[in-house]
Amino acid sequence: MTLTAQREESTRLSALGVLTTPALVVVAGAALLAYLRGQPLDAIERRSINVQVVLARLTEHLELVGLSTLLVIAIAVPLGVLLTRPRLRRLIPAVLAVANIGQAVPTIGVLVLLAVVVGIGTREALVALVLCSALPVLRNTMVGLQGIDRALIDAGRGIGLSRATVLLRVELPLAVPVMLAGLRVALILNVGSATLATFTNAGGLGDLINTGIVLNRTPILLTGSVLTALLALTIDWLVSLAEHVLRPRGL
Amino acid sequence: MISGDVMIRLDRVSKHYPGQPAPAVAELSLDVPAGEIVVLLGPSGCGKTTTLRLINRLIEPSAGRILVDGEDVTRVDPDRLRRRIGYVIQQVGLFPHMTVAENIGLVPRALGWDRARIRARVDELLDLVGLSPETYRRRYPKHLSGGEQQRVGVARALAADPPVMLMDEPFGAIDPITRERLQDELLDLQARIRKTIVLVTHDVAEAVKLGDRIALFEPHARLAQYDRPAAILAEPANDFVASFVGSGAALRGLRLERVGALALEPVEVVRPGAAAVDRSARAVLLDDAGRPVRWASAGSRGAAGVAVVRTEDSVYDALDAMVRARDDAALVLDAHGDPVGALSWSTVVRRHPAGDSSPAPSFGDAR
Ligand SMILES: Nc1ncnc2c1ncn2[C@@H]1O[C@H](COP(=O)(O)OP(=O)(O)O)[C@@H](O)[C@H]1O
Ligand SMILES: [Mg+2]
Repeated sequence: MTLTAQREESTRLSALGVLTTPALVVVAGAALLAYLRGQPLDAIERRSINVQVVLARLTEHLELVGLSTLLVIAIAVPLGVLLTRPRLRRLIPAVLAVANIGQAVPTIGVLVLLAVVVGIGTREALVALVLCSALPVLRNTMVGLQGIDRALIDAGRGIGLSRATVLLRVELPLAVPVMLAGLRVALILNVGSATLATFTNAGGLGDLINTGIVLNRTPILLTGSVLTALLALTIDWLVSLAEHVLRPRGL
Repeated sequence: MISGDVMIRLDRVSKHYPGQPAPAVAELSLDVPAGEIVVLLGPSGCGKTTTLRLINRLIEPSAGRILVDGEDVTRVDPDRLRRRIGYVIQQVGLFPHMTVAENIGLVPRALGWDRARIRARVDELLDLVGLSPETYRRRYPKHLSGGEQQRVGVARALAADPPVMLMDEPFGAIDPITRERLQDELLDLQARIRKTIVLVTHDVAEAVKLGDRIALFEPHARLAQYDRPAAILAEPANDFVASFVGSGAALRGLRLERVGALALEPVEVVRPGAAAVDRSARAVLLDDAGRPVRWASAGSRGAAGVAVVRTEDSVYDALDAMVRARDDAALVLDAHGDPVGALSWSTVVRRHPAGDSSPAPSFGDAR
């Protein structure tokens, strides 16, 4: 399913639509458990596949995704707001070009480059994630703000609202749906890219996948990759709910 | 030329947009009297919108002074200034994610009013523009018709009770029938609230109908003529004005005159069953309910019934009624619906002889 198709679906929430994703996640999770139960696990596998280790990797993964996404919001939203102000608007093409490079270079490349230049660790992994997922939020913030009818801003200023009031009460609320769509893309990108953080020693579910590959242990590989996929689905579902709740009424 | 208080004074104001070869507004001086509707009229691109937006400083002048209520507006905080100046635009610009009440209450909120006062003011304003607060308060703009949206736009502009209101082609995007009604409502509203209104339009008929005065612009906001509508229609200052107000100007002027101000011929009323007595006067036959049925006298025979107008109707309306009744006279009723006389076609036409704009003196002007 393409992202736009998902978005259209999320605009009209039906009970069935809302419950499909959680049901899928539960079924897939149960299938993974059943598969692992039925598998005779050797000592190496048991060292990776136990509640403690898996929870620790999952927590690391969530921290990477959560922190990188918060950083992206903290950087890209204000930047998008600034760049859509009349004085700075002409910088938009240049900034988009730079951001597009960040998007086009694969995350693994950025990670390796950062590892070589500044070293390895969680901080470096976060920087790489932010660089690679800032673009959708930045671009959608700008697109959302620029798509607002100029007459609304004109009317707002004309009746005596300050620039800040027009931004906070008119422009940003009206841009929320487009901005959330960008955030959704960034989150999903980050869930996937965070599996690469294992290469800078930052942990996450990528550890399981990598261990599975290196030691040729399919159960470990499967656990890591299925959990990553389920995490992506769950987060996407949560954002779709947020999109519905935060969509301005009256549109 | 203007005797009363001046609410807005433009003093040799110019606006030169960067990168434009010619100024959009060049050395414009204009006084807007308090409590009047002044219409800025002119062809598209002549600088009407620019002039309007200079008044509330949405555009900063390149040169000149602008005084609102005696105060030089270039010296005051623009946001505070704009809360004292209502602003209505053609696109209305209601915020789609806010209810009608929230839209109207924005400026009072920015002014720090408490909730109860804002709510009372919103309801008062909705009543003022003819929308029932119970029905409309909680609606979102997309659930309103174009005319209703523009009424809410006017209510929003009046929220903080500003002495001045600026309107940029407020009815330009509205269908002709609703436009007529909104124009009438604006005049009713103005009769009650007496704001100083500057209204932009390129529609001569709208300018004539709404304006206490019309400022007719040539390109670069050069003032071609600034006068009462009747004077502009009757005595265009130059060829530009004459061609802009167009060949229908004399007819349009009739919209500004009331039937009651013209000399009426006597009419004899004939009740059912009675016979006309005075043969020299026109006689009209009424039905049992007192409604005119047809002329009883031989001189005038309307092919499509009797043309009926009221004293407060315009002379234009009277001619319109005569043409529709295919008659050369209209029965004139007073405010109670009682016949007071007949207006004949020749009275109207002789009052406007070609080439002479002043009314013939023999008909005492009651205005
Ligand atoms: N923001 C702007 N920048 C440059 N030129 C403008 C701008 N706004 C208006 N103009 C020009 O100024 C002139 C007057 O425009 P405007 O005041 O909008 O006219 P009107 O409202 O009478 O149609 C036009 O030639 C228009 O192209
Ligand atoms: Mg205009």
